[in-house]
Amino acid sequence: MKNKTTHSPESLVRRIILSLSLVFFISFSAPVVAEYGDVVINKRAEKEGMRPVIFPHWFHRIRFRCKVCHNELGFKMRAGGNDITMGEITEGKYCGMCHNGEISWTIENCDLCHSGLPGLKSAIHGSNETSGPGRW
Amino acid sequence: MNKKLILGILLLTLSAALFAQKAKWVALKNDQLHDPQSPAIHVLQQPAEALSLLPPDYTGNLVSWVDALQEHYIEPRSTLFSDTQVNTLEMDIVMGNTGEMPMVMFPHTPHTEWLDCKNCHDVIFKEKVGANPINMFAILNGEYCGRCHGAVAFPLTECNRCHSVARNVFTGKPGVQPKGFIQNRKPR
Ligand code: HEC
Ligand code: HEC
Ligand code: HEC
Ligand code: HEC
Ligand code: HEC
Ligand code: HEC
Repeated sequence: MKNKTTHSPESLVRRIILSLSLVFFISFSAPVVAEYGDVVINKRAEKEGMRPVIFPHWFHRIRFRCKVCHNELGFKMRAGGNDITMGEITEGKYCGMCHNGEISWTIENCDLCHSGLPGLKSAIHGSNETSGPGRW
Repeated sequence: MNKKLILGILLLTLSAALFAQKAKWVALKNDQLHDPQSPAIHVLQQPAEALSLLPPDYTGNLVSWVDALQEHYIEPRSTLFSDTQVNTLEMDIVMGNTGEMPMVMFPHTPHTEWLDCKNCHDVIFKEKVGANPINMFAILNGEYCGRCHGAVAFPLTECNRCHSVARNVFTGKPGVQPKGFIQNRKPR
């Protein structure tokens, strides 16, 4: 079989070197470093002048099983799937079901939740290989 | 030919590079998620502080969450309200439509420790063996098992944790397995 585009050995080596350097460029310039399972919630926060919200799964799953939030409290299992407003949290819904001064600290600690870098999009982050829904 | 070879090398090196990168927990101020200027940055707990005390894994949060729970390193609450029923189930299911790959074993026990039946039935899976057209492409797209695996539970790169039933060793039939099936084996 003859290929239409045959490559000389030199060009092959060059290509490999090129792709390797590309790999090093990609992997050293933009490593995925966020902790696995961290969720950014930023539908409204930044538009309203607050930092994006970061919800850490690793921290909460040490204290609560998934079923507490995703069954008892009814959080949908989709990043961005819950239409959360600060008003509802203050009324004791969503994060406010626990961050109420009883199960956890109160919503007065704005910065602990609103801790994200400006410009982050609502999504799950930190998966080192796959990013869950929507990435592929 | 050449293109495939190069793509192969590219992917291999990339995964190796990523793998090497993620050898330990990153400090919050460097995680490219938290704002280093935020007043919270010195208040929030660093992942390493909590996670280094738990049974290790080499992927995901670098924690084996199943072991952490089973061996009582952590005691996460199952309910907030006293009238919520806690459901668990011991039922292993083998799935055989895996082509050349080893078959998939789905264990209900470790899942129902964390999750309620309603998290999966019938939102993600119909409650009947074989009733779900599961395939690997859909999983990689974040459907079925991929809803959690690759997002919060261990990532999809760990093929053999799901594809844990070797075809030349398994003598039973796909579907619900007799009790005690999982205890004989550790997929990790
Ligand atoms: C327990 C976590 C938590 C705390 C504490 C918290 N917030 Fe929020 N806040 C959220 C979440 C989650 C959202 C929804 C974010 C989104 O979709 O963009 C939000 C949204 C907002 C918004 C967007 C507009 C709106 O009404 O939804 C503003 C403004 C806001 N918060 C201000 C504050 C202020 C001010 C404080 C402190 C008094 C505070 N937040 C404390 C979690 C928190
Ligand atoms: C303290 C509450 C809490 C606990 C405990 C919790 N989650 Fe979540 N989970 C959330 C919140 C909040 C979101 C984000 C929802 C949003 O963005 O609207 C989320 C999102 C998700 C998503 C969607 C991610 C995506 O890719 O879209 C998955 C999957 C998920 N959780 C699985 C789990 C699993 C598995 C566990 C147990 C190991 C768990 N969660 C424990 C609160 C929780
Ligand atoms: C099931 C109860 C529960 C829910 C729901 C919940 N939290 Fe929490 N959260 C806690 C507890 C308990 C703590 C730990 C409090 C302590 O250390 O005193 C905590 C701590 C935190 C912390 C601080 C972590 C650290 O490093 O110290 C952040 C940030 C946070 N929650 C964000 C959120 C956001 C955002 C939401 C809503 C999307 C939310 N939580 C929903 C129970 C909950
Ligand atoms: C993490 C997701 C998940 C959770 C949580 C879960 N299941 Fe399942 N269940 C499955 C899957 C996957 C199957 C197999 C479906 C298939 O073969 O297509 C299944 C199958 C079943 C079947 C069918 C068996 C048969 O003979 O056909 C029953 C009954 C069942 N589950 C009951 C439960 C109960 C009761 C709970 C709660 C205690 C539960 N499941 C929790 C994923 C789950
Ligand atoms: C979270 C569990 C899980 C992981 C991780 C996983 N698989 Fe699968 N895989 C499945 C399930 C479930 C099926 C469908 C089995 C059935 O329906 O009988 C499947 C099916 C397949 C099939 C059959 C063809 C198809 O497209 O459905 C192949 C091939 C396959 N997987 C390869 C892989 C490879 C390679 C990896 C690692 C990169 C992997 N799987 C990781 C659960 C998983
Ligand atoms: C609703 C979320 C969810 C879905 C859907 C889900 N899993 Fe899991 N799975 C988990 C969680 C949480 C764990 C605990 C370990 C972890 O977090 O890494 C787990 C652990 C496992 C384990 C390890 C058990 C052990 O003893 O170490 C296997 C194997 C597994 N899942 C296979 C599957 C397969 C196959 C499917 C699809 C048929 C599936 N899972 C679907 C959440 C889920």
